[in-house]
Amino acid sequence: MVADPGRPVDRRPPAVVARENGLTIAGATKTFDTPEGGQVHALDDAALAIRDGELFVMLGPSGCGKTTLLRAIAGLETLDSGEIYLGRDRIDGTPAHSRPVNTVFQSYALFPHLTVAENIAFGLQMDRLPRAAIADRVAEMLALVRLDGLDQRRPNQLSGGQQQRVALARALAKRPRVLLLDEPLAALDLKLRRGMQDELRRLQRTTGITFVFVTHDQEEALSLGDRIAVFSQGRPAQVGTPEEVYERPVSRFVADFIGDTNFVTLPMQADGPRQVVRFAGGPPVVLPDSVPAPDGTVTVAIRPERLRVDGSAPELATGVLTELVYMGTDLRCTVTLSDGTALAVRVPPPFGGLHLVPGATVRLGARPVDVRPLVPEGSAR
Amino acid sequence: MRATRRAPGTLPWFASVPALVVAALFTIGPLVVVVAFSFMTRPPTGGGVVFRFTTDAYRSFLFTKDFTGQLRFNPTYLQVFATSAMQATVTTVVCLLLAFPLALWIATRSPRAQGLLVLAVTIPFWTNLLVRTYSWMLVLNENGLINRVSRAMGLGSHELLYTPLASQLGLIYTFLPFMVLPLYSSLSGFDFRLAEAAYDLGAHKLTVLRRVILPLARPGIVSGILLVFMPALGSYVQPVLLGGGKVLLIGNLVAAQFGDSRNWPFGAALSVIILAVLVAGLLVVRWWARRTGTTVSISL
Repeated sequence: MVADPGRPVDRRPPAVVARENGLTIAGATKTFDTPEGGQVHALDDAALAIRDGELFVMLGPSGCGKTTLLRAIAGLETLDSGEIYLGRDRIDGTPAHSRPVNTVFQSYALFPHLTVAENIAFGLQMDRLPRAAIADRVAEMLALVRLDGLDQRRPNQLSGGQQQRVALARALAKRPRVLLLDEPLAALDLKLRRGMQDELRRLQRTTGITFVFVTHDQEEALSLGDRIAVFSQGRPAQVGTPEEVYERPVSRFVADFIGDTNFVTLPMQADGPRQVVRFAGGPPVVLPDSVPAPDGTVTVAIRPERLRVDGSAPELATGVLTELVYMGTDLRCTVTLSDGTALAVRVPPPFGGLHLVPGATVRLGARPVDVRPLVPEGSAR
Repeated sequence: MRATRRAPGTLPWFASVPALVVAALFTIGPLVVVVAFSFMTRPPTGGGVVFRFTTDAYRSFLFTKDFTGQLRFNPTYLQVFATSAMQATVTTVVCLLLAFPLALWIATRSPRAQGLLVLAVTIPFWTNLLVRTYSWMLVLNENGLINRVSRAMGLGSHELLYTPLASQLGLIYTFLPFMVLPLYSSLSGFDFRLAEAAYDLGAHKLTVLRRVILPLARPGIVSGILLVFMPALGSYVQPVLLGGGKVLLIGNLVAAQFGDSRNWPFGAALSVIILAVLVAGLLVVRWWARRTGTTVSISL
């Protein structure tokens, strides 16, 4: 993996190993001047290796650098330093109009004075394709995004979802090697967004084009990505499959950003040869591959849905049920341990036989693999 | 039945009476007088009108009566119109060529800078047109700024003032802001992400300008053209003060009819003809706007 978050900050010039295929980014750095006279490090020595034909998601809060990196790949932003390779070709010096990369913009950026067909044909006209070839490709694209019959409409006569499809068709028409998508679904309502996510996955599988998708929506990232890069402060904090970043977050930031998580900081204890922690008077829990912080504590992350109250997993501790919210798909509980630690717990149905009422004493359990020790913050960067 | 209550923020109908009175007195009134005068007879002494209907004024625009009483085609006044149209066209084209890059540049500055630059464009409006025209005379005359610099450089002096060139220069100077402002207002609303999208799709900078920016700035271009061409066609101050009145243009031709020539009906008829030409032009623009779906508004 290119981005190893456990690695100390490396200021040497990047030793770039551009591979045969895929998109390689090395040492990408970009600093913006703020109007107040300060500086923002949008990208800070970011490195990534995106494989050919994958749906790669760059996820992170606003200002984490994901959009800047996307624009740098497109050629709409110039890096202060760093390199971008497409296969073995270095492309960061190539102007945007000559890169085999196209973008679906967050605002769609459809040309309002052109019809749907003219919008889709625009990039092909720039390539000086013959008229007949353009017409064929436009028809093919319209069918691909299921907009047949709307070719003579203008963008303002289309719904948000339809405009989105035109933007996709326009960018895909040139058959780019990489399609960049800048939060393309952010403006759509939830139901439409779900539909478009399925649509995007289908388009990506049909075309086989590498998709690089930027979003701040962790749910979207999990459901869409073959792999996800979670960005923090101008570089990827973790790169991995949705399962990897959800199940094995490397840092508190990643665990916190993706899904809900309980964080508990506990003193590391020696129990014979093993390193263990104890939750509020509970039995020892073995943490096999944990690194304690300088003060001898370790922070563990536990997902609310991985905590059990039905005795089906080894016990962590006993606590009192202090809050209970019925959500239909699950019960959201808060269990407070004897030392005051409050843990969020999600109880899946059926709820019937559990006698969950506020004030009840419950035994919290979790499988050992679901208690994830985190790398201490200092060494995460 | 009770009168329906007015929507909040609206005024009763009589609130518009003052505006209507002003419009009637100063816009429609004079127009009616001009149209009426154009169909009246010139008194034998000249000056004023005799209340007798005739179309002589319009006839004399194209024909003169020779000594036998025969009508003869006389292109003199048509030529005056053509010269004026030519000068207005040159003014419009030069203004467009100068204003477009300027407006595009302003529209791509920071919002704060845009405000200041637009203010700078409107600075000439703070001073009277005559004063500004006289200052051009000081720049262009025999001992003016340009000639003094030219002589100091050993290039000799040039006759600049009272030439068609000076008149043309004055027109361009006067009407440039009227082109910059509508262009700027259509370009400032331009979503520059569209330019990025075009660039991303393979368009070079000039192609982006031609295929995306220009078509979307079209409403501003059309209103700028109208705002410059129409007043430039009937301009008076610049041809007289800077051009020395040597070239006969519609403006000084009309003025002469009410002055030296003492032919009020003919002056009125000329004004009506200019009006008719401009209305016809506007109708063409409207037809074109409907056909292409362009929104055209004549405003700064």
